Amino acid sequence: MSIEILMPALSPTMTEGNLSKWLVSEGQEVKAGDVIAEIETDKATMEVEAVDEGFVEKLLYKEGDNNIPVNKPIALISDKQSSKSLEDDNQKEHSENIKSQEIKEDKTYETKFQEKSIDKEEITMRQAIRDTIAEEMRKDKKVFILGEEVAEYQGAYKVTQGLLEEFGNKRVIDTPISEQGFTGLGVGAAFKGLKPIVEFMTFNFSMQAIDQIINSAAKTLYMSGGQINCPIVFRGPNGAASQVAAQHSQDFSSWYSHVPGLKVAAPSTPLNAKGLLRSAIRDPNPVIFLENEILYSFKGKVSSNDDFEIPFGKANIAKEGKDTTIVTYSIMLHKSLEAAKFLKNEFDLDIEVIDLQSLRPIDSETIINSLKKTNRIITVEESWPFASIGSEIVNIVQKNAFDYLDAPIIKVNSADVPMPYSSELEKLYLPQIEDIVKAVKEVNYI
Amino acid sequence: MKKLLKNDHLKIYSYMVKIRRFEERSAQLYGMGEIGGFCHLYIGQEAVVVGVLMTIKKNDSVVTTYRDHGHMIARGLELKRIMSELTGRVDGYSAGKGGSMHMFSKKNNFYGGHGIVGAQVPIGTGIAFTHKYNGDNNICRTYIGDGAMNNGQVFEAFNLAALWKLPVLYIIENNKYGMGTAVDRAAAGSDLYKRGEAFGIKGEIINGMNVYSVIKAAHKAGEFVRSGKGPYILEVQTYRYRGHSMSDPAKYRTKAELEEYKNSDPIEIVKEEIMKNKIASKVELENLNKEIIEEVKSAVDFALKSKFPSSEELYTDVYL
Repeated sequence: MSIEILMPALSPTMTEGNLSKWLVSEGQEVKAGDVIAEIETDKATMEVEAVDEGFVEKLLYKEGDNNIPVNKPIALISDKQSSKSLEDDNQKEHSENIKSQEIKEDKTYETKFQEKSIDKEEITMRQAIRDTIAEEMRKDKKVFILGEEVAEYQGAYKVTQGLLEEFGNKRVIDTPISEQGFTGLGVGAAFKGLKPIVEFMTFNFSMQAIDQIINSAAKTLYMSGGQINCPIVFRGPNGAASQVAAQHSQDFSSWYSHVPGLKVAAPSTPLNAKGLLRSAIRDPNPVIFLENEILYSFKGKVSSNDDFEIPFGKANIAKEGKDTTIVTYSIMLHKSLEAAKFLKNEFDLDIEVIDLQSLRPIDSETIINSLKKTNRIITVEESWPFASIGSEIVNIVQKNAFDYLDAPIIKVNSADVPMPYSSELEKLYLPQIEDIVKAVKEVNYI
Repeated sequence: MKKLLKNDHLKIYSYMVKIRRFEERSAQLYGMGEIGGFCHLYIGQEAVVVGVLMTIKKNDSVVTTYRDHGHMIARGLELKRIMSELTGRVDGYSAGKGGSMHMFSKKNNFYGGHGIVGAQVPIGTGIAFTHKYNGDNNICRTYIGDGAMNNGQVFEAFNLAALWKLPVLYIIENNKYGMGTAVDRAAAGSDLYKRGEAFGIKGEIINGMNVYSVIKAAHKAGEFVRSGKGPYILEVQTYRYRGHSMSDPAKYRTKAELEEYKNSDPIEIVKEEIMKNKIASKVELENLNKEIIEEVKSAVDFALKSKFPSSEELYTDVYL
């Protein structure tokens, strides 16, 4: 009898893994607890142990096979020693599966950008952020990065992979778990002329340091009568990941956008992650850069131009349309585009989707012009509903284009509760495609 | 440390008197409604900052708390521009946008003036980080009130400074009360200067009413930090004659306690030293006093004649 060893889920957001190394061979005897393989996840390379004992009957993937979905069998363990292993039919079948899945994922979203120098090759958001940091560090010796696990561990989410090797420990600095301390230290370094990139392992932990961000970083230029600016970037994953519950799943977009003196950006694709992060690092003001953990593995084309910047305060019309405007940002762009597709197919509604890209300053003009064309508008975001970015957009629209509205504005937000753990409740908490569809139908009186 | 010269003694005396007279006028102007908001006076603590000043190098940096008027004067900043800031005028160091607690002079490496208790400590540590990063051999002096010594971020900063051997000199100005709460009602355990021991940071306690003790200790500590050995802590025992701020009647302490400290007034100690060593005559000191009174008076005149910021200034300096 054979027991299947499955590709394990080794992180909350892992959907697939790469088989880095087999530590056993076919026919070998294994005991429970023996390390049988090394698996590269979206965060790290992990060892996988055998749970049962027996003989390795078959290894279903080769070393170096990538993108193996979680829960796919990777090896078979038998209670009997077999004389000869079977042919590789199984493996072929698995490879086919992976290919078709890859293609499907790649074609899921199409985002329109004006940028001319777009590469052919697609990279992940994680690589895009990493590359931008590295490019700016090469150009400007004043740029350095500090945070928890950014150096030797290569980044808690592998964003800073390889930076320590290239730039050394003077500029890629592991900190203790000491947010208030290292944030304040970064602010002081920025006052004195350096350009720190402070990584929060997640923005949830930035609350430990929020006084330094607001009272020190954001206000000192004003309080000093224009003498002391603070060229610093605070970056890291923001919002929900997957089942990490209330204290690790919070969206800070409106918190930070509230504050004069800060700029806030929230990228949605590898392309705008590069353009916005470069603008952030070069900006002489403090910038909050809200990444999204689930999007780290999202692939897309980027610009190879290492001066490619996307200015703050410029939204991107991700999809043009004439019937209803959806204003969104970060991960909700993708759900909004999915909803737009569905609405076209089912109701023949032509939706315009605006990706804000930067939340402060906000591109009011693009929002207003779109509304004037469509006369119907909804906002979609992951944050709580009360005093959210959507609330601000409602104000912008009613003040500037009241007469153009053919229906009340609807805000789609997360539920007004702390994030629950259970996956069923988590799904209910977060805005889903159905919620977006429902809101669009409502403003169209369908 | 090289021996203090005649001029050094007179410089010390003159700075301390200047701070005292300036603060007395500040109190008066506060009473007249010319200075608003919170206003924390430095009277009684003059020997601390003036003593440290004697050991500072031009490109060293300074970060301090909201009790910063004396610190700015000691850094050689202009009285008229400090007073202009206190009175909310456009000629103030922060163009009237910072006020008493938030004054800066980047040109003079004076990085505030911070209103949040303890927040200046990681910031000063970050400035020291920059000195090390740039390899410029300068150090950052970071002042801490006794009240902040119970604030978590101070210890986070100590840890980072010790871990990375940053050139930062922490100077605890222990004036015995964090607002109205006596140190022994706020800080468990023993002396504040020992609070760096867990991080391997050396510290010592000194009499902050005597400027000569401060100079000696600050010199030694400054050299230690500059030599690349990492941070150092000086706890300077001092006393503020006035309340925590202008609105504090200071009823939490006795008149006798205040009188005791006034009897060992830091300015009197310098004066006696000068007289004893015949560095200057009584008349010469009186003349010096008169000059300072005039200087403070003209700073006040300048400030009160300076314009308030124009309405357009409301929206400038938010972003660079």
